[in-house]
Amino acid sequence: MAVLPVRFTKTMRDKLAQVLWVLNWISIITGIILFSLGIFLKVEINKRQDLMVERQLQSVPNMLIAVGLIACAINFLGGKICYDCVDTNKFLRWKLVMLPYIICTFFFTLSVLVGALMCYSMLGQLEESLTLGLRDAMRYYKDTDTPGRCFLKRTVDLLQIQFQCCGNEGYRDWFQIQWVSNRYLDMSQREVVDRLRSNVEGKYLTDGVPFSCCNVNSPRPCIQYQITNNSAHFNYDYQTEELNLWMRGCRQALLDYYTNIMHSIGLTVLIIWLFETSHVISRAEEKTVAECCKQTTATFNNSSRTKTRSSCCVHDMS
Amino acid sequence: MVLLKLKFPFQKRVRLAQGLWLLSWVAMFSGAITFAMGVFLKTELHRRSEVMHSMDIHIVPNLLMAVGLASVGINICAGKVCQDSLDPSRFPRWKTFLPPFFFLSVFVSSLLLVAMILSFALQPSLEESLKIGLKNGIRFYKDTDTPGRCFQKETIDRLQIEFQCCGNTNYRDWFEVQWVSSRYLDFTSKEVKDRVKSNIDGRYLMDGVPFSCCNPSSPRPCIQNSLLDNAAHYDYEYQTEELNLHKRGCRQALVSYYMGLMNTIGPCVLLFFLLQMSILVSLRYLQTAMEGVLGEENLEIETEGYILEKGVKETLLETKEKIMKLLQFAQVGDASAETPGTESEEKPATA
Repeated sequence: MAVLPVRFTKTMRDKLAQVLWVLNWISIITGIILFSLGIFLKVEINKRQDLMVERQLQSVPNMLIAVGLIACAINFLGGKICYDCVDTNKFLRWKLVMLPYIICTFFFTLSVLVGALMCYSMLGQLEESLTLGLRDAMRYYKDTDTPGRCFLKRTVDLLQIQFQCCGNEGYRDWFQIQWVSNRYLDMSQREVVDRLRSNVEGKYLTDGVPFSCCNVNSPRPCIQYQITNNSAHFNYDYQTEELNLWMRGCRQALLDYYTNIMHSIGLTVLIIWLFETSHVISRAEEKTVAECCKQTTATFNNSSRTKTRSSCCVHDMS
Repeated sequence: MVLLKLKFPFQKRVRLAQGLWLLSWVAMFSGAITFAMGVFLKTELHRRSEVMHSMDIHIVPNLLMAVGLASVGINICAGKVCQDSLDPSRFPRWKTFLPPFFFLSVFVSSLLLVAMILSFALQPSLEESLKIGLKNGIRFYKDTDTPGRCFQKETIDRLQIEFQCCGNTNYRDWFEVQWVSSRYLDFTSKEVKDRVKSNIDGRYLMDGVPFSCCNPSSPRPCIQNSLLDNAAHYDYEYQTEELNLHKRGCRQALVSYYMGLMNTIGPCVLLFFLLQMSILVSLRYLQTAMEGVLGEENLEIETEGYILEKGVKETLLETKEKIMKLLQFAQVGDASAETPGTESEEKPATA
């Protein structure tokens, strides 16, 4: 019992082959799009690698890159087959390869779907990775003399400036960390010594934040020290002040940014998957039609000049 | 004496026409790219227009955009002429159109060179404009409550962060300006009162800079107040400290940025100019070669192509005479339209 039987005349077959040829070229372009999306995601993740704890985050962009490359290869081969299908003689060459090829494309489109779904699942891992990564980065903010951590101050500063955020959840995260290195603290001063003693672990904690937390849109010059002390600044109330520092936490800012990217990529990959599935179905149709017509052409040549009708194609009487 | 004569057998003519048609498509895209570059330059200049005093420099992107658009049209025409030149029945309709077309195209292409020269010549003007604009921006930094100036703080802060610069020439420009608004100064405090009194104009000046001058690459937390006071900070010496604030002045940063943009666009524009001129020269050869074919029975004869029928001087004299005739004709036309009576009186007198 045939699945979705359709009658095909020779002209319809030719048209189908032509349409498939065009579709193949479009598929190659979509393969290139998949590949470049994978590269883009890989670059974006690598850019912020300092702020992420290593999890299995590289698997998603790697999969997209691999799928994109395979898409190009498969569709290029498919295009070649299509081109030869028009000529029933050349079709013989590809006869044996056709069925495994179609099975391959079926599995390939399945992997495209898996890739799309992985895009969405990656976000959960990303959040966890970012929380831990940002916490560590802030802890090592002051260690600009330690090799392996000396770049973290610049990374965090540029992150806070670019994403307009402060701290992990909010600016108060900076109050719990010593972000001023000991080599810039005057240990002979009483105030410094008092502060160090008042802390259990001997850390120099202040209610101040780095300059990169300052909000550019604030109407007054930035207040970054003694933030919770209203009397230290004229006409200042930290409970109601909203424009002085960036209010958002960097984890939320980065998560929003990556969520946007992942949603866009996921949607694009889903659309490509739908396109590929329809493409595979039409290729399967083409294969059966070409085979059937090859048989009927043979019987037509052998038999007398009567119109031959077959289950799959109609020959025109010349 | 013909200028730069070349022989054109039939095959060469056909190949010239075909090659020129392809080239005209390439030039059309180059014209579109020139237009796009002009748009890009204009948007970049416009983004920083708040710190620029005069708009003189905008003539460069305007010229690029105009020439880009015009050259797209010119190259479409050139392509059509090439197509028609292979068909002698259709070619004659271009006969009267082509000479003014050539003048116009050469003029438009030379505007490209003008744009390039201007981009270098206007650099001092750009620098001056930025100097005044930045000076005003720094002066009105504190006026976030004054309409018309309230955006200056945000503009200057964003500029200093993005271009990694501080002040007009350097960070000391901030010492000469009161950048802390009086509404955030506690006038009951002794320190504030002393500072304001010690200044002739009653301004609150200090050796501090806004946070946007801070350099993220500095190994220590940013020092923005009491910059000239070594004792105010531990292990700090302002004379040798280089990483704390941005060293560059914003004027220098912006001028370098815009000059960099124009130096990148410059060679592209020059290449496009050369391409356009070569198309026009080839088109002229094609036109003159085809004129030899018109009216002949055998279309495959060999003809001659040239740039100018007579020498340069003679062509200029001829053109001048033509223009004078046209002007005179126009004048006579006006005169005869105004006084028909006097002219009819004159005629019997001369006859």
